Amino acid sequence: MDAITVTDLTKRYDKVLAVDAIAFAAPRGATIGLLGGNGAGKTTTIAMLLGLLLPTAGHIRVLGHDMAKDRFAALARMNFSSPYIALPARLTVEENLRVYGHLYNVERMDRRIAELAEELDLGALLDRPAGQLSAGQKTRVALAKALINTPDVLLLDEPTASLDPDTGDLVRTWLERYRTRTGCTILLASHNMAEVERMCSLVLMMKQGRIVDRGSPDELLARYGRDDMEEVFLDIARDRKHAGPAR
Amino acid sequence: MIDTHRAATGGSAAIASLRRIWGLVYRHIALYRRSWPRLLELAYWPVLNMCIWGFTASFLTGRLGNAAMLAGAAIMGGVLLWEVTLRGQMGMAIGFLEEVWSRNLGHVFVSPLRPWELIAALLVLSILRMLAGVVPAALLAIWLFAFNLFDLGPILVLFAMNMIAMGWWVALGVVSLILRHGSGAEPLAWGVLFGLAPFSAVFYPVSVLPAAVQPIALALPAAHVFEGMRGILLDGTVAYGHLAAATGLNILWLGAASALFAYQFHQARVRGALLSIGE
Repeated sequence: MDAITVTDLTKRYDKVLAVDAIAFAAPRGATIGLLGGNGAGKTTTIAMLLGLLLPTAGHIRVLGHDMAKDRFAALARMNFSSPYIALPARLTVEENLRVYGHLYNVERMDRRIAELAEELDLGALLDRPAGQLSAGQKTRVALAKALINTPDVLLLDEPTASLDPDTGDLVRTWLERYRTRTGCTILLASHNMAEVERMCSLVLMMKQGRIVDRGSPDELLARYGRDDMEEVFLDIARDRKHAGPAR
Repeated sequence: MIDTHRAATGGSAAIASLRRIWGLVYRHIALYRRSWPRLLELAYWPVLNMCIWGFTASFLTGRLGNAAMLAGAAIMGGVLLWEVTLRGQMGMAIGFLEEVWSRNLGHVFVSPLRPWELIAALLVLSILRMLAGVVPAALLAIWLFAFNLFDLGPILVLFAMNMIAMGWWVALGVVSLILRHGSGAEPLAWGVLFGLAPFSAVFYPVSVLPAAVQPIALALPAAHVFEGMRGILLDGTVAYGHLAAATGLNILWLGAASALFAYQFHQARVRGALLSIGE
């Protein structure tokens, strides 16, 4: 059974078609990459998956729940991280995690916070206000918040943005380990092509609100005759005629 | 493997709901307990208002005698009960605005928190803020001006409940407008009740108002509460009709404000405003 099923998903703002009848399925335990340039429709798609935004048409099922009718049952088993949505700056890291622990009804909260602090190297930060952290530390704290309920579906918007290569690699390794250990499904929007190539088993290439190509990183590299995903991304973004996609 | 989360989360639906409400209340308590300017602000304006109006009433009593003493009592009672509405309204609206200012709404609304649980948390915050503001002012009135609002007796509880309920529906209207218009509607959180004050008959009876605006006053629960309060202070009679009118009007206004909030919340999800509301 797929963790996420999206059918004919469409979002229109007046005359702007932000997402145009996209469809995809994310198998349980897979990491799916959502790629595309600015304005391609990635954030809109994620917002609809999270129930923040109502689709104009189409259906979303997450963990068997229809997001139009039963989104709270799914949301309890999902979580989300984005560097573009902040956590309350004056609260300490631990207070922030406690707030979300309560919102997600986490039992044995002290133990869960201690686990996350150890795994994401947050021990020294727990007593510090979230607003006083560096960008990289904030990203790790946002990730801890996203994992507080041990989600079955994790939506990540640029999870390693602002991280130095070493910390970025640690986070990627940790996410892969978490997915392997829990069977979590990860949907990842990223502009880091190496990250996508490393983590994702399926990549959805979006442009102007549509999924214009899809496949595993190896399939896409072969299809476009390229050595890395960045070149594939540029081929699609700039309509360059290379090997060309097989739709 | 998928069952991992069930070991981490659990409990009955009612307890889970209470925990989510407590989660948001805890977020604000954590914020206030380390911010003395925020704590000071809670009591600052109610105490300041009580001082200004209390000394004014004392002066009039000293110059004009017994009649002015009764008027002074009505004024101080008016100040305190109006603060119940004002602090209740601000507590709820500012509680919501704190989420907007910290750009945290996106995280809050992708959690399993239901919209009604958000409102319930804001109501709790509103009561806490109201108590933190009005209780010091009421104690000051006893100490400095020998005016004890609690002398009104048990009916004071009903008056206060009606006043804070009015604060809630006004705040729900403000939150709805913030959902619709974003930060542009922020000033309403501070100013909207001052616009209703002239019609609320805080310091004077409704009959003083021009005939054309009296229907506006009578549509507001506050006007009925203050008429009732003055009835007790000046005549010693409890006007249950006014109390019933205030309660009925509050139920109507709360229903209307809740419908407006539900509509604007839905529209915010249509427009995608929950992600960008602080911008």
